[in-house]
Amino acid sequence: MSMLTEHQQRAYIGGQAAEARVNLELETDGMTLNIGPQHPATHGTLRIITRLDGEQVISAEPVMGYMHRGYEKLTEVRTYPQINTLINRIDWLSSFANEVPFILAAERLMEIEAPPRAQWIRTIFFELSRIANITLFLGEMGVQLGAITAVFYAFRDREHVLNQIEAATGGRFHPNYDRIGGLKEDLPKGWVAETKSVMAKVRDFCDEMETLVGTNEIFETRTRGIGVIPVEVALGYGLSGANIRASGLDWDLRRDSDTPLAWKEVDWKVWTHPDGDSFARYWVRLQETREATLIVDQLLDGLPAGPIMAKVPRIIKVPPGEAWVATENPLGEMGYYLVSKGDLGPFRVKIRTPSFNNISIVPWVLKGVYVPDVITILASLYFILGDIDR
Amino acid sequence: MTLALELAYWQQLAIKVLAILVIVPTATAIIVQTFLFKMMAHMQSRLGPMEAGPHGTLQLMADGAKFVQKELLAPARADRRVFTLAPVVVLLSTFLLFVVIPAGPGIVAENLDLGIFFALAVSSISVLGVLMAGWASANKYALMGGLRAAGQLIAYELPLVLAVVGVVIQAGDLSLQGIVRAQAEGEIFGFGLIGLPFVLTQFLGFALFLIATQAELTQPPFDMPVAESELVAGFQVEYSGLQFLYFYLGEFGAAFAFSALAATMFLGGWWVPGLDLEGGLLANVVGPVVLFAKTMAVAFVIFWIRFTYPRLREDQLQSFAWKYLIPLSLVNILVTGAFKVIF
Amino acid sequence: MPELPGLMKGLNVTLRTMLRPAVTTQYPHVKEAPPSRARGVIALKEENCTVCMLCARQCPVWCIYIEGHKTKAPPRRAGGKPRTVQLLDRFDIDYSLCMYCGICVEVCPFDALFWSPEYEYSEPHIADLLHDKDRLGQWMEAVPEPEPLEAGAVAKKK
Repeated sequence: MSMLTEHQQRAYIGGQAAEARVNLELETDGMTLNIGPQHPATHGTLRIITRLDGEQVISAEPVMGYMHRGYEKLTEVRTYPQINTLINRIDWLSSFANEVPFILAAERLMEIEAPPRAQWIRTIFFELSRIANITLFLGEMGVQLGAITAVFYAFRDREHVLNQIEAATGGRFHPNYDRIGGLKEDLPKGWVAETKSVMAKVRDFCDEMETLVGTNEIFETRTRGIGVIPVEVALGYGLSGANIRASGLDWDLRRDSDTPLAWKEVDWKVWTHPDGDSFARYWVRLQETREATLIVDQLLDGLPAGPIMAKVPRIIKVPPGEAWVATENPLGEMGYYLVSKGDLGPFRVKIRTPSFNNISIVPWVLKGVYVPDVITILASLYFILGDIDR
Repeated sequence: MTLALELAYWQQLAIKVLAILVIVPTATAIIVQTFLFKMMAHMQSRLGPMEAGPHGTLQLMADGAKFVQKELLAPARADRRVFTLAPVVVLLSTFLLFVVIPAGPGIVAENLDLGIFFALAVSSISVLGVLMAGWASANKYALMGGLRAAGQLIAYELPLVLAVVGVVIQAGDLSLQGIVRAQAEGEIFGFGLIGLPFVLTQFLGFALFLIATQAELTQPPFDMPVAESELVAGFQVEYSGLQFLYFYLGEFGAAFAFSALAATMFLGGWWVPGLDLEGGLLANVVGPVVLFAKTMAVAFVIFWIRFTYPRLREDQLQSFAWKYLIPLSLVNILVTGAFKVIF
Repeated sequence: MPELPGLMKGLNVTLRTMLRPAVTTQYPHVKEAPPSRARGVIALKEENCTVCMLCARQCPVWCIYIEGHKTKAPPRRAGGKPRTVQLLDRFDIDYSLCMYCGICVEVCPFDALFWSPEYEYSEPHIADLLHDKDRLGQWMEAVPEPEPLEAGAVAKKK
């Protein structure tokens, strides 16, 4: 560094000071923007407090609990059949999938195994509720990015799946079909053939969504490279489901955990995507929906005959003990930790819902993105409010 | 105008004002009913409104009545004067657009020599209204929407104007009647029966004009300012009742006007082969029908895109305008100019 | 043939949908029949009810209100002792609370409760959603016969 005269040094310091002062005067505070609790992008009553610098997010903090219904506490004062109807409402778009892990946990404590036909039908309905849930996501993602038409197609074709669920269980959204030891009743006549044709329709819908949204160049510019979650970060925040598979981790509880359900009996594939951005999450879910229709088709073909109910006492009392069962729900890993003291109802139930963990990454992933990307990322993380707040 | 010659100036003026006051809401109603209610519904495999009138044709009456009845709400901290003025400014811009659009040899409110220039100039006034609305609403969403709209409308004004320049060069006239005439009298390699609709030579200009129009109307894929899934409705978020209706009228009236402009400049306007360019009853009766049909065809494309595409992010649509549309439109002008000199 | 850009293919999808008939059902004019298992409304067969209160106790939201009294009924066989039977005074289901889980229908040991897919009983006043036993009895007409089951199913023995 060359020598500077004292005058030069002083001039330099003075200049810096003046500049700093100007910067200080011109600096404006960030703006706090409340996204929610009433906002179309939050699917309900999630609130995200964002600090903005212009259109850029400095910090974002999700505030949840506006829809807390106290299910964990409520289960302590209800009997097992009653809980079954309540937990339908946790993730309301794939209600049947909520019942399964709870029933499996109770069955494990009671050392009952449902007959194979019941397990196969359970798996079919599990996948049907996955389809019902994710088809809506495929459309919803479009509507969050401005393509309104997509969501109407989603509602249109989800209707077929819901009709099938209703025809067998009696409930469109809240089937309440699973029982400890089996199922409520067997399938009605003609259901299998009808469901197969619905699966073909869902595959058509997936193709349609892919042309309308998935391969749209504008959609790709909006989602590629937006909200990238590296796999280490995803693991650190406890992401699960399609969100972590989109980050490249090949992890699916349907394949990797030991449940008595019938996934092991059929031939299917876990889809992953290496990118970890919003597009990858959309793509993985799209492929999973296709895969789910194929699983259902195979299960329908190989449906074993037999009873659907094991021998279960009329009044259900679960013997004392603890059990943890988690399944791969449409949104990710959903698990119940069931503690029983041998009463009519459980002593304590801890519900691990996927959306709660998936949304916890929001402060990390929203840092530094633009406001429109907030919506893209929230939509691609895909949460259900009931699943967060439960 | 044989009829108008016998009237005093103020009488003519009154008729013109009245005509425009009738035409704008009617045009808007037709656009909303055909495209927003019915076409959008069918594209989404729905039926749309069906109860009011046969096949829901009177739905707009009901909607209009609903808007009129609603209370005009303004936020407590809103700048009341600007807040109430903003929708009027937007609406004014739409009304002024209709002044220069010719629907027949004698059917035009004011055949300005600088017709297309005037149209593009007054269409920009709506930016002011949008900005005013965004600012005066005292709402963060509205402010962001207003600022986005302003940035976007300014960016897309350029390709809009530049796309028109090609047409102007080819027609050698700035007045819309002159452009229609140029198209009618043009020949395709000596074959003059269908004239020369400029869409054949200015297809690039036509595409650019449609894209820029889409942005001017803040419709998908360029609807970031009103993005309902994030800014809820942008600058319109605090408006209710009649004031909201004004924005609505402004938006869809402008959609009609821009479609009509595109039809006039690129599709031959009110002229079809066989019509007398110089006037006459037949041309004045058939002209509006022809223009209307062409306008609806253009509007169909605009709304078709609206209902299909997701939206671009604000910075992406800016870079799209500056990096692609504007250079392309400059190339278009260059090529048109070169051809004009050569032939 | 070169691949069309996604933007064009998207336009094609919406255009094709527009040219196909819409899927909307114009509800009050055209009605879709729900499947016969649909849980629409609960019907009560009053003569089967023994006022055992199982349904009221098992209901997760306690929306069933039952009152009854004991009475003597004539003996079944001639010369037998008069039987004590429970008579139903009140059987109300509050459909504004009901969450349509179907536990009551399932636990009923005497087949007094049935599901009907009927769904058109909305009311302008929430209090009118409390159906008393006469109203619940009227729904019995709308109870469908149980459907045949899919191949491979084992029929329930009852």
